[in-house]
Amino acid sequence: MEDYIIEMLNITKEFPGVVANDNVTLRLRRGEIHALLGENGAGKSTLMSVLFGLYQAEKGEIRKNGQPVQINNPNDATALGIGMVHQHFKLVEIFTVLENIILGVEPTQRGFLQTREAHKKLLELSEKYGLRVNPDAIIEKISVGMQQRVEILKMLFRDSEILIFDEPTAVLTPQEIDELMNIMRNFAKEGKSILFITHKLNEIMSVADRCTVLWKGKCIGTVDIKDTTKEELSRMMVGRDVTFKVEKKEKEPGEVVLSVKNMSAPSAHHKNNAVNNVSFDVRAGEIVCLAGIDGNGQNEFVEALTGLGKTSAGTIELCGKNITKLNIRKRSKIGMSHIPEDRHRYGLVLDYTLEENLVLQRYWEPELQNKGFIRKNKVREYAERLIDQYDVRSGRGPVTLMRSMSGGNQQKAIIARELDKEHKLIVAVQPTRGLDVGAIEYVHKQLVASRDAGNAVLLVSLELDEVMNVSDRILVMYEGEIVGELNPETTTVEELGLYMSGAKRDDLKENKNAV
Amino acid sequence: MQFDIKKITNSKGFSAFTSAFLAIILGLIFGFIVMLFASPADSLPGFQTLLFGGLSRLGDVIYYATPILMTGLAVGFAFKMGLFNIGASGQYTMGMFFALYVGFMWKLPSSIHWIACILAGLLGGMIWGFIPGFFKALFNVNEVITSIMFNYIGMYLVDMLISNNAKMYISTMARTAYLPQSVQIPSLGIRNSSANISFIFAILIAILLYTILQKTTFGYELKATGYNKDAALYAGMNSKRNIILTMIIGGGLAGLGGAFYILAPSTITGSSMTYEPINVIAAAGFTGIAVALLGNSNPIGIIFSALFISYIQRGGTLTSLHGYKPEIIDVVIAVIIYFSAFAIIMNTAFVRLLKRRKEKKNADSTDEEDNVDESRLIKDQALDREQTEEQPPDDVLTVDSTSENIKEEA
Repeated sequence: MEDYIIEMLNITKEFPGVVANDNVTLRLRRGEIHALLGENGAGKSTLMSVLFGLYQAEKGEIRKNGQPVQINNPNDATALGIGMVHQHFKLVEIFTVLENIILGVEPTQRGFLQTREAHKKLLELSEKYGLRVNPDAIIEKISVGMQQRVEILKMLFRDSEILIFDEPTAVLTPQEIDELMNIMRNFAKEGKSILFITHKLNEIMSVADRCTVLWKGKCIGTVDIKDTTKEELSRMMVGRDVTFKVEKKEKEPGEVVLSVKNMSAPSAHHKNNAVNNVSFDVRAGEIVCLAGIDGNGQNEFVEALTGLGKTSAGTIELCGKNITKLNIRKRSKIGMSHIPEDRHRYGLVLDYTLEENLVLQRYWEPELQNKGFIRKNKVREYAERLIDQYDVRSGRGPVTLMRSMSGGNQQKAIIARELDKEHKLIVAVQPTRGLDVGAIEYVHKQLVASRDAGNAVLLVSLELDEVMNVSDRILVMYEGEIVGELNPETTTVEELGLYMSGAKRDDLKENKNAV
Repeated sequence: MQFDIKKITNSKGFSAFTSAFLAIILGLIFGFIVMLFASPADSLPGFQTLLFGGLSRLGDVIYYATPILMTGLAVGFAFKMGLFNIGASGQYTMGMFFALYVGFMWKLPSSIHWIACILAGLLGGMIWGFIPGFFKALFNVNEVITSIMFNYIGMYLVDMLISNNAKMYISTMARTAYLPQSVQIPSLGIRNSSANISFIFAILIAILLYTILQKTTFGYELKATGYNKDAALYAGMNSKRNIILTMIIGGGLAGLGGAFYILAPSTITGSSMTYEPINVIAAAGFTGIAVALLGNSNPIGIIFSALFISYIQRGGTLTSLHGYKPEIIDVVIAVIIYFSAFAIIMNTAFVRLLKRRKEKKNADSTDEEDNVDESRLIKDQALDREQTEEQPPDDVLTVDSTSENIKEEA
């Protein structure tokens, strides 16, 4: 019999409308590094949250050392020796390193804090595992890599023997990643068992002993790393069935509409650039897809491109004009349409009516206003035309409150607004997120129709099916850089997956000549 | 007939009105309880005075309503953009000082002197509104903090400037001198009251603001920013400019309030309103917050809420005839404001109750599918429900729309 320290047997966890984990079984051996691989929304984090006591599973059983255990909250998990480093650190920014580490297990004597012992223990631990930290440094003043060390030390301080890392490398620099890999190997040597959530194949190949792959909440299988290849893992990760193909005519790309040159953009979360020296063109009559796993700089890129955020270097040209420093309204006038990722945050004013939302990008045009007064009847006419043309359905027509409309029709309203406005370039970010199959098909058709009308389309998407089916050309973004340019006709999902997870990369200049 | 009632009850204004009304009733009940505790024997006649005392002083009601109507607009207008202009007091005081200064120090023909004073008040308030707006727009300094500080800065500055000015200040009386007749705003002609035509100006300004908010691109941008500033940014609206502009307008409104108050004609010939530099922040600014909240930040609603609060304040002052401290009315007003937030919740509960009842009725008459649909509606959170339900049956839709209105106010 094998020596399993933790067994999660037949775990099923449902959320309203979604089965996040469907009969998933995961067995963790003592002293191994076990990777958990899967796309966004595959259920990795949910499974780990069940183990850490943040969620309770509807079905299934968790065993430690062969004994069934009940984990109702993170305190239970800590008592069982389970520790977790969350993707977003749970640290008190204005506390010191030591204060954060003892938080929750403060040693006290008659109500007074006794930190000397803790201080000593912390220094011993950091010595032992090579996790150098200054116990008296303030969290907000130390680097992200250091903060992660504090999170790791927090687990060690609580004598955890099962360590969960939730996408630990997402925010680290390559050097910091190497260091972390070494630390993880040391832990395994010490006899600690590690669960490691990621979607980066390179890291798995270099550090993990075994890997369990989840796909849409289901367990695809557990493989030994030494018996597998990146290609196999990639295929397991993205799933097997490919959905319907989007109808699309052959089209020769025309002149360059958007030209991005050596563009970098700062990150909101750390001090490094989130987008690094990105260059590419988008031509009239083509759909270029910017693919990549979430958090590889796409958001920062789109913000810099549309004017919501800033660039830190490089230029952006739209229709031959340098728009790098222009404000959003000017970019819009030159011909940029933007279907934002978060339609409730950016795309719509939910407390405005449908017609008020439909004129959000052009209420200032002479056609719709006169000396600062909005021409209500013109707005109504315009809204009615768009509603009719784009088949936006609502309870009360133009005066329906946006908040009361369904998600699909809200998205239709945005698409109607952005496509009807004078434009040369559409920046569509995750335009089908959260939509049902019918609405997805509609959105894809509209994008293709706009391309056929001679516009340039830049589609930013995390959905591999969408990337493969809709685009004429694929650019893969990984860690803020464009690592590959692919032709959807000739490439495979597996190859795309390799690029997306950083397992493969091209020198782009070379590649550009080839395509 | 049935149809008409439905139309009225579904309108935004109606639900705002009912929630304000509910708040007033609850505030009055609570006020009565406080009076009952303070002095049980006098409570009934005292409460009667509180309720109807204002009727005997309608001129005063109008006079005192004018400045709080203006500060109410100052707060409410900024609130439409999502700015909390707590600095109406400072802007009001500045407006008052500017008006006084022009009134005392400038020599102007008497026909236009009072108009110049009013415009000076407008300018003073605008300056005091501009500064917090400028810091908010360019450096993202929270306008609540700056405008509170500017309440103090404005008040101490004005007190200092006035008490150092021999022409304006009579140190033996610890107040400003009487303003000349030429700078007093023409009276409305109500006997024994200072009610003047500035009340009409205030109402016209409220209507003007309503028009700006409802009909202009500036109002469209302003409300869009207030509802969702990220979407406003996305649509390329110039939020920096709009923030500064809104604060300037808000400040100007409060400044006008100060001018309207101090330039009022006195009931005794040869005298005038005076300002006492006693280091106290003007209450009109804070009452303005109450007025704006009760009026749901709607300029037209604010006209009525200012009149109501002024009315109840007059009644409250008169309860001293029954031995009550005038502070009691401040308690009552505070409770009304407190309940106006509650009333929104209660209104939602009321609507839900109505809906449930309607559903029971429907259970007998309509087909099953409809019912399943509606019971699902009830279960879901309001937001989810509205987003998932595309075209609800007609009667559900009407109830739905009122609950939306209520949410909007919240």
